[in-house]
Amino acid sequence: MFSHPPRAVQAAGTWGVVHPFLSPRPRAGAATAMDLRAYRTDGFWDELFDEHVRARPGTEQLVRRLAELSSGELAARQRAADKALLTMGITFNVYGHEAGTEKIWPFDIVPRVIDAAEWATIERGLKQRIHALNCFIDDLYNERRIIRDRVVPEWLIDSAKSFRGPCAGLKPPRGVWCHITGTDLVRGADGVMYVLEDNLRTPSGVSYVLENREVMKRTFPQLFDGQRISPVENYPEKLLAMLEYIAPPQVRDPTVVVLTPGIFNSAYFEHSFLARQMGVELVQGSDLVVIDRVVHMRTTRGRERVDVLSRRIDDDFLDPDCFRPDSVVGVPGLMEAYRAGNVALVNAPGTGIADDKAVYAYVPQIIRYYLGEDAILPNVPTWVCGEKAQCDHVLANLAEMVVKPANESGGYGLVLGPRASAAQLEECRARIHDNPRNFVAQPMLALSRVPTVVGDSLEGRHVDLRPFILYGEEIFVLPGGLTRVALVKGSLVVNSSQGGGSKDTWVIHGAGGSGAAAQGHGAGSSGGDA
Amino acid sequence: MLSRVADSIYWMNRQIERAENVARSTETTLDLALEGTVDHGRLWNALVCAFGDQAAFWARHGRADQARVFEFLAFDQENPNSINRCLQAARENARTIRDMISSPMWEEINKCYLLVRAAAAGRDGTFNPREFLDEVKRASQLITGVTDATMSHGEAWHFARMGRLVERADKTSRVLDVEHFFGPVAHDGRDAVQWSAVLESASALEMYRKQYGAVSRRNVAEFLVLDRHFPRAIHFCLIKAEESLLAVTGGSKGTYSTSAEQRLGRLRAELNYAHIDEILGAEGGLHRFIDTFQTQLNAANDGIHATFFATTPARSP
Repeated sequence: MFSHPPRAVQAAGTWGVVHPFLSPRPRAGAATAMDLRAYRTDGFWDELFDEHVRARPGTEQLVRRLAELSSGELAARQRAADKALLTMGITFNVYGHEAGTEKIWPFDIVPRVIDAAEWATIERGLKQRIHALNCFIDDLYNERRIIRDRVVPEWLIDSAKSFRGPCAGLKPPRGVWCHITGTDLVRGADGVMYVLEDNLRTPSGVSYVLENREVMKRTFPQLFDGQRISPVENYPEKLLAMLEYIAPPQVRDPTVVVLTPGIFNSAYFEHSFLARQMGVELVQGSDLVVIDRVVHMRTTRGRERVDVLSRRIDDDFLDPDCFRPDSVVGVPGLMEAYRAGNVALVNAPGTGIADDKAVYAYVPQIIRYYLGEDAILPNVPTWVCGEKAQCDHVLANLAEMVVKPANESGGYGLVLGPRASAAQLEECRARIHDNPRNFVAQPMLALSRVPTVVGDSLEGRHVDLRPFILYGEEIFVLPGGLTRVALVKGSLVVNSSQGGGSKDTWVIHGAGGSGAAAQGHGAGSSGGDA
Repeated sequence: MLSRVADSIYWMNRQIERAENVARSTETTLDLALEGTVDHGRLWNALVCAFGDQAAFWARHGRADQARVFEFLAFDQENPNSINRCLQAARENARTIRDMISSPMWEEINKCYLLVRAAAAGRDGTFNPREFLDEVKRASQLITGVTDATMSHGEAWHFARMGRLVERADKTSRVLDVEHFFGPVAHDGRDAVQWSAVLESASALEMYRKQYGAVSRRNVAEFLVLDRHFPRAIHFCLIKAEESLLAVTGGSKGTYSTSAEQRLGRLRAELNYAHIDEILGAEGGLHRFIDTFQTQLNAANDGIHATFFATTPARSP
C-alpha cells in the first residue's frame, strides 16, 4: 500500500513581486516611515502578504503598524527585545559545544499571524490526530487490532527502536498515553498546512511561546493595540490541571513534579520555567527514591510522596532497572512503581512509537481506522524506505528528496537532497541500503515565509509551526504555538540547535471574526473534546 | 523543600555575599593605598591573607601588589573565591533553582553575573576599579532587597538568609582580624586611620560613630563582634541566622534537636554573655578569639549541611 504517494508539493519559483500600492503613510511628527514597498515574497507563500504584497486577512492592522514605524525604530525594538532576553536569561544549551554553553535563543519581533478561521480548522485537525494516535498507542501495547487488521504492518512496529516491550499490557491512568504533544506543521508553496512530524515524547518549546509573548509585550506594546489576539498565558494552569487529572485515582490531593535531567540539558530553561509557572517542584533523578514501589522525593523534612511525574527524560534513561542500565539521570524502580499504579508518568513510556517517522506515514490510515474520518490536516507525502517499492523510488530520486532518520529529532541526520554534494548523497544512499527501516524521504518543501528583521528592514525567512496539545479530561490546543524561523537567508532548517530562532505567534480575530476568545476577553479557547 | 534545592539556595546566597565582601574590602584597601605612608606590599598582602587564600596566591605570584591582588580577587578563574568565580557559581546555583526563586531575583542575579563577566572578558583604559567594585556591592544589595521583597518568607527564604548571614559573620571576623596580618599598628594618629578602614570594610563607620564617636581598637572590636543591632556585626548575624534556622526546624531557642541547632545556638549564646575586655584581655587576644570563632562557625555550617542537605544514596545497589 501507499506505493504511489500523492504528487509532491511543488517547489516554488523565484519571481519577485513588488508591492503595488502599499505606500508608507507619512504621519505628523514621523520623519521617515518604514518602506514596505521593497519587500518581496520571491514566489514563496508569505504568511503576512499575498503574492501582490497585500496584507492577508487578519494581518491588515499589523501591516499598517509596521508601515508606520519611523526609520530606525524596527532595529531599535529588535535590540530592546534582544536585551530583554539576555536579562531574563532565556537560554538553551547546545550539545557538542563546550559543556553547559548557554545561548540566547534568537527572537524576531515581527509576529507570525494566523487568522482565527484558519486556526479553528487546525485546532480540529490536531485534536483529531492526537485522539487517533492515543487510540493507536493503546492498541499497540494491548490488543494490536490494527496489526491484525493489516492497516499497519507488523514489521514496522516490531522493528521500531521506540517500541517499548516492557510497556505491553499497560493501562495508564485514564487511558491517556500522549498527554503532551508538539506537532510540527509547515505550509507549502500551495498554501496548504501539512503535518511534518508528530512529537509525542518530550516535546520542547512551549516555554518560548509564553516568554516570546511576554517579550513582545515588553518591547513592542503598540503592535498589540486594538488587536484581538488569543491569549497563551493560561497554558501552565491547563498543564497543571491535566497533570492532576491523570494522577493515580486513589490519590486525593496529588503531588506533581517536573523531572529534569539537569541544567546541562538543552531544554533546562523550559523545565524550570514550567515548574515555576505551575508552582511545583523541579526534581532531578537523584532527588527521587522508590521505596516499596512508591516514589518519594528527599526533602529537608524527610521523604515526601510523589504522585505525578511530568518527566523530561527520554524513556531510555528513565529507569536503569528497566531500560538503559547506564542511565545516571533516571530513577531506579520507577517503572515498577508505574506498573503498580502508584505514580503517573507524563508522557507515558512507550508513546515514542507514534513519533517514529516511518509510523508517521501511516497516520492518515490510523485516523481512518480508529475514528472513521479522513484526516483534516494532511501529511507531507512520505516514502517509507522499509517498503521495497517506496525505497526504490527514493533511491532513484535521491537528489530531489529530503531524507530523514526515523528516530532522530532536532533536525539531526537530515539530508536535503537538492543541497547535498555528490559525496553526501552517496553516503546517504549507503546508509539507506544498510538499514532501510531507519529512513523515510519526503519532497523538498518550499516552506512559507514571514517578514523578519534584517538590519532596519524586513526580509522573508522560512518558518514552521509547533502547536502544543494537552490530553487530559479533554483535548486542549494552545492557540498558535511556537513559530520557529530559519534566520539564515534561504535556509530551511529552523531547529534551535542549528541556527534557528523564533517568533511570537498570534491567532488573531479580525473585525468580522467569530467572537471567540481573544486577548482581554478572559475566555479560554479550549473548545470541547475531539 | 528538596534537600538539593535548599543546598543550592543556601550556597547561592553565601556566594553572592562573599562577592560583596571581597568587593568591599578591596575597595577599602584601594582607599588606604592612596595614603602615601602605608607600606603597599604589606597592605595588599594583608588583604589576600584576610580571605585565607594566601597559599594559592603565593603559589602563583612572586609578590603582592595592587594589580596582582586586584586581578586575583576580582577576576581570577583559578581563585574559587574571586568575585568572578563566586558569581558564576551563584548564577549556576540560581539556574538549578530557577523554579524556586522569583523572576526579579533571577534577573538581578543574571545581570550581576553579566556585569562581572563583561569586565572579566576585557577591560579598556576607561575601566575604573572602584566603580566596578561599587557596582558589585550594589548588585548584591539589590539582590538581597529583591529577595526580601519578592520571595515568600518561607522555608526557602530562611535558607537564603542563613546562607547570607553565616557568610557575613565569617567575613566580618576576617576584616577584624586584618591587624593580625598587617602587623601591629603604632598607637598614634595612624591607629584611627587603620581602624576606620576596618569599619569601612564592613560599611560600619557611620553607624559606629553614632554609637561611639571616636574610633578606637577596643570599640571597633566591640561593635563588630558584639553589637546586636548592626547588620554586619557578628552577633547580629548569628541571632538572625538562628531565627531562620529555628523557623525551618520549628524548634525553640535554648533547646536543640539537630546538630545545626546545637552548634549555631551555642555559638550565639556565647556571644550573648561575652564581654569585649575579656576577649581582648584573654591569652591570644582578638586573633585567638576570631580563630576559634571561625572554627566554630565552620562546625555550625557543617551541622546545617548534615541536618538538611546531606544526601544519602538513593538506593543501595
